[in-house]
Amino acid sequence: MPLTRDQIAQRISREVKPGYCVNLGIGIPTLVANYIPASMHVMLQSENGLLGMGPFPLDKDVDADLINAGKQTVTALPGASFFSSADSFAMIRGGHIDLTVLGAMEVDMNGDIASWMVPGKMVKGMGGAMDLVAGARTVIVAMQHTSKDGASKLLKKCTLPLTGKDCVTRIVTDMGVLEVDKGRGFKLLEWAPDLSAEAVIKATEAPVTVVPGAGPMKV
Amino acid sequence: MVQGTGAFSKIYPSAKAALAGVADNMTILVGGFGLCGIPENLIAALRDSGVKGLTCVSNNAGVDDFGLGLLLQTRQIKKMLSSYVGENATFEKQFLSGELELEFCPQGTLAERLRAGGAGIPGFYTATGAGTVVAEGKEKKVFDGREYILERGITGDFALVKAWKADEFGNLVFRKTARNFNPMIATAGKITVVEVEEIVPVGELDPDQVHTPGVYVQRIIKSPSLEKRIEQRTITKA
Repeated sequence: MPLTRDQIAQRISREVKPGYCVNLGIGIPTLVANYIPASMHVMLQSENGLLGMGPFPLDKDVDADLINAGKQTVTALPGASFFSSADSFAMIRGGHIDLTVLGAMEVDMNGDIASWMVPGKMVKGMGGAMDLVAGARTVIVAMQHTSKDGASKLLKKCTLPLTGKDCVTRIVTDMGVLEVDKGRGFKLLEWAPDLSAEAVIKATEAPVTVVPGAGPMKV
Repeated sequence: MVQGTGAFSKIYPSAKAALAGVADNMTILVGGFGLCGIPENLIAALRDSGVKGLTCVSNNAGVDDFGLGLLLQTRQIKKMLSSYVGENATFEKQFLSGELELEFCPQGTLAERLRAGGAGIPGFYTATGAGTVVAEGKEKKVFDGREYILERGITGDFALVKAWKADEFGNLVFRKTARNFNPMIATAGKITVVEVEEIVPVGELDPDQVHTPGVYVQRIIKSPSLEKRIEQRTITKA
């Protein structure tokens, strides 16, 4: 069985280290917060101007002035800070955010990512994604391994307009955990239980090498 | 037109009065992120002014019936400069029919372009967007082995800002994530108009707690009412 969205998020949560400042994108990345142990000191950043984001508020505590980048009402945890968008992206661009997790439509073996635009379709905009992939110290992509028609989303070269070049380090899909092996392909670190390394290789357009010690993921 | 007795008073009696001088084809900078921290009353007054051909610089374009969406409905906006416009169907329709020009700018680059504009910096280099369509037509430069692109500062004829509190000099305090783009936009307008929930006398705000110094602010109104519409009301069940 491939991983569920929650299992992808759960696996990514293991990449979060104590003391990290982390920006989580919309979709599967948002779910990662649910799996970071409460005992671990991690600051979640929301690029609209909040470091130290907490869970959704109780109904009585909803505040129109306190939202996340997905425009959802949220809370601020003890130790949180509010700041302007310029300050927010200074901390992103300046390399002060340890990790960002984003969705994508395509990733390639050069670490390029395409996540914001499909030619011929209405484009909604890149929001903060281009700044995040260019500025965060580590960029992890959470996505399905293949499109609905079975085409690989892990490519030799992205076909869609890019969000950023040479910026993705790691990809967690419903099939496994892979690392960009720059210019060569992807390194397979783990695969979904019940799947095999061969299945991941077959579903990936770019070359995949299985690293020594790789094995089925513990979920 | 100006009320108040203080030597610095910049207080105007209404949103309409505070927008005196807006004209067709101006560039208007508008604060807010989504519908959070938008100058609701100033946007409504801008619509009522009937000015056309506007270039609006704002992170988002509101929703169909609120925020900058109001000025799209009346076709007063010629061009939008934004990072994300996903929540607005009117926008999509006008863009696809060619009625509306659109320039996408990465969110952090937009914030910095406004900050730079207000700070007298005509351009700066950033790695954001290098190697993407955003870099097309822009000067590129390699620093320490990494490619950067030149982005221009932005200024506007008017800047419309929402803050929480102001004193009569225009010192501003923002509240929570309603701050967002407002502080940079406040610095980047030839005429900066602010609407606030509370106006206090000069001397009342702790100087250590002022987010935007009053030098940037020309006109202030107290919001007659605020809807503060929430786009995604997400809650934790008790």
